[in-house]
Amino acid sequence: MTETAAIELKGVSKAFGPVQANKDISIRVMPGTIHGIIGENGAGKSTLMSILYGFYKADSGEILINGKPTEIPDSQAAIAAGIGMVFQHFKLVQNFSVLENVILGAEDGPMLQPSLRKARGVLKHLAEEYELQVDPDALIEDLSVGHQQRVEILKALYREADILILDEPTGVLTPAEADHLFRILKGLREEGKTIILITHKLREIMEITDTVSVMRRGEMTATVKTSETSPEELAELMVGRKVLLRVDKAPANPGKPVLEVENLHHIDEAGVERLKGISLNVRAGEIVGIAGVSGNGQSELMRVLGGYGHATGSIRVNGEELDLTGKHSDGQSRRARGIGHVPEDRHHEGLILDYSAWENMVFGYHRGPETGSGVLMDNKAIKAEAQAKMDRFDVRPPNPWLSAKNFSGGNQQKIVLAREIERNPDLLLIGQPTRGVDIGAIEFIHQQIVQLRDAGKAILLVSVELDEIMSLSDRIAVMFDGEIMGERLPAETNQTELGLLMAGVTDTNVAQTKEQTNG
Amino acid sequence: MDLNTIIQVLDSSIRLSTPLLLACLAGLFSERAGIFDIGLEGKMLIAAFFSAAITFTSGNVWLGLLAGIGASLALSAIHGLASITFRGNQLISGVALNFLASGLTVLIAQNWFKQGGRTPTIPEEQRFQEITLPFADALRDIPLLGPIYSDLLSGHSALAYIAFAMVPLTWWVLFRTRFGLRLRAVGEAPDAVDTAGVSVVGLRFAAVAICGVLCGVAGAYLATSLQAGFVKEMTAGRGYIALAALIFAKWRPWYALIACLLFGFLQAVALRFQNIDLGGIVIPVQAMEALPYILTVVILAGFVGKAIPPRAGGEPYVKER
Repeated sequence: MTETAAIELKGVSKAFGPVQANKDISIRVMPGTIHGIIGENGAGKSTLMSILYGFYKADSGEILINGKPTEIPDSQAAIAAGIGMVFQHFKLVQNFSVLENVILGAEDGPMLQPSLRKARGVLKHLAEEYELQVDPDALIEDLSVGHQQRVEILKALYREADILILDEPTGVLTPAEADHLFRILKGLREEGKTIILITHKLREIMEITDTVSVMRRGEMTATVKTSETSPEELAELMVGRKVLLRVDKAPANPGKPVLEVENLHHIDEAGVERLKGISLNVRAGEIVGIAGVSGNGQSELMRVLGGYGHATGSIRVNGEELDLTGKHSDGQSRRARGIGHVPEDRHHEGLILDYSAWENMVFGYHRGPETGSGVLMDNKAIKAEAQAKMDRFDVRPPNPWLSAKNFSGGNQQKIVLAREIERNPDLLLIGQPTRGVDIGAIEFIHQQIVQLRDAGKAILLVSVELDEIMSLSDRIAVMFDGEIMGERLPAETNQTELGLLMAGVTDTNVAQTKEQTNG
Repeated sequence: MDLNTIIQVLDSSIRLSTPLLLACLAGLFSERAGIFDIGLEGKMLIAAFFSAAITFTSGNVWLGLLAGIGASLALSAIHGLASITFRGNQLISGVALNFLASGLTVLIAQNWFKQGGRTPTIPEEQRFQEITLPFADALRDIPLLGPIYSDLLSGHSALAYIAFAMVPLTWWVLFRTRFGLRLRAVGEAPDAVDTAGVSVVGLRFAAVAICGVLCGVAGAYLATSLQAGFVKEMTAGRGYIALAALIFAKWRPWYALIACLLFGFLQAVALRFQNIDLGGIVIPVQAMEALPYILTVVILAGFVGKAIPPRAGGEPYVKER
């Protein structure tokens, strides 16, 4: 390998106190290639990229840009070295125009107008060259997520970045938007740009990268050519053991309807109608998955079902009508009806991060007779119960005294799951069961969900991960803009069809289905 | 009500609007950069005292103005240190500074001048002089326009003209310069500014410093122009009215001008007419004095369009990975 790498790291290490986030990382990325970096949460990907973008300084090691040793003490230096970064959470000013966002920090002089004029020209040129069309005068807050991401890429290109780092770029995109992004990235590669793609989605790595590096526990465990590897091999490299990528489950054997939703409407605090007449049912022994790009009403549906959002319409559980607006429309009453709820937002709704695991494992169920009588709580029993649940759900470390925030994402989710599943609910609502969860833990969580189904329970699953919806669900409902666009059976559909439905594209067939469900 | 009375009330409105406008623009710079500043009141107060004290002792009102600005800047520096460098709570820091200014001014005044916590009266010739605009006397006799020009627009102190000139200047800085773009950005999305390679801390300190300078001018205006010397608590809540005006103005310079003129007018009316008798119904003077706050509540409640504060306002910036 005599060719000069666009970016090369030699023995980069970074520790936060006793935690070694990056250990002796060495990597060479050739110019004009797309290089994937894959690894579980906490494997050190983000730390590594933060070092490249000047957020952290490495404890030791060397960074070479185009063969030249380069110090990157801050973002300014990274930009000067030709590195552009597209963060997972966009760094855009919402009420600024696209143009203003693009020139921010890269203005040509103290006056704005000349910079804006120049940027307008450059943007037009870039749009034609790379399929990066965005209205330069549009405000960011009026743009779709996909377009906002284009603005981030334009920002980097405007600063003449040769190396583009993208952190989990497809997490917020529809499949169609993701495809468009990949076309853009391929176009950039053809122009000789170097792209580093950080993701945890094996499918994307296989689809677009030329080479891929795997990180595990702060170390770079392997760098391979994408054409010479397989998803199974990569998963094994990431986790360190063989992983089952497919969910192993028997065909569903649905019984009587447990959840029946009819013509549900919900208007949020801002006065926007988030649910526009949802009708849906889930039967015992069945997993119904709700697919959709986030922000299309799934969260609101879960909130209403879980008892913290008012609505009109009708929800029946085991044939009994639920209170949707009155004093029995709260989480306590819902749990009493046999509804378990694993909220989408684990950190804010599922757990109290500063409280210990055992306290978290009793929340919501702390008024039951088994937790004490009346005023006083039987903490001894609660702790013993928590310990037992942690053992059964393989929560690591199995220490009930540890604060919830000190567990990894996967183990936090196991704590919430253990709390809800062990109460043996008739209906389990699960939002984003594996968001921010490691591959190894995903496998376990999926198994638990399937087991619950096989025990004859009804499960309503909401996830933005289409793969997860397709592999876990027995029936799939697609939500768009507060409506159910249609229902499909996983065996009779594919990503493309679901992707179209998620983007609100319907055909006559779908229209018919809607008519039927709306009755 | 004759023309003369109207002119007098409007003239008084301008005088009373001037400190509000300066403080309001001060707050605008600070809050647009994401630093809430409830300490406008304290900064004005301490500036009022030091400008009066130094003007009286040195006999030079410009030296007094500088001293006022310096004192206000010192409080700004503390506010910046607390809320930017140490990421403290901006409201608490602001409230603390208000108390500090309130106590400190009286304490120093008593120790220095021994007149019960006030400065001696500054002789007329040492205060900011009223500036007569060109041809003011010649044009006075033209009906309507003459008095408006000669009596209403002419005859204010230099600081008042500076205050009103600050409105277009602020607009220009915010919306036509690189500094303004960055300043607005840092109040909306400091992470965007940070990743663009621009210093969030530097920008915010600059904004807080501008706020300090403008509050300093406002305080000096109170003590050496509107009145002749410092008295205890002489700002009388103007800092809070300025904040109300800022919300009323939706953080925009031209709207700030309108809001401050309106609030100044209300104060002038309250001062001039006391209880207003509207054919049997007597509006007490307190109602006029409370009106700015009532109007602000109405605005905040969203009756007159939405007032959206800068998104990152009040939040210390912590770099995320």
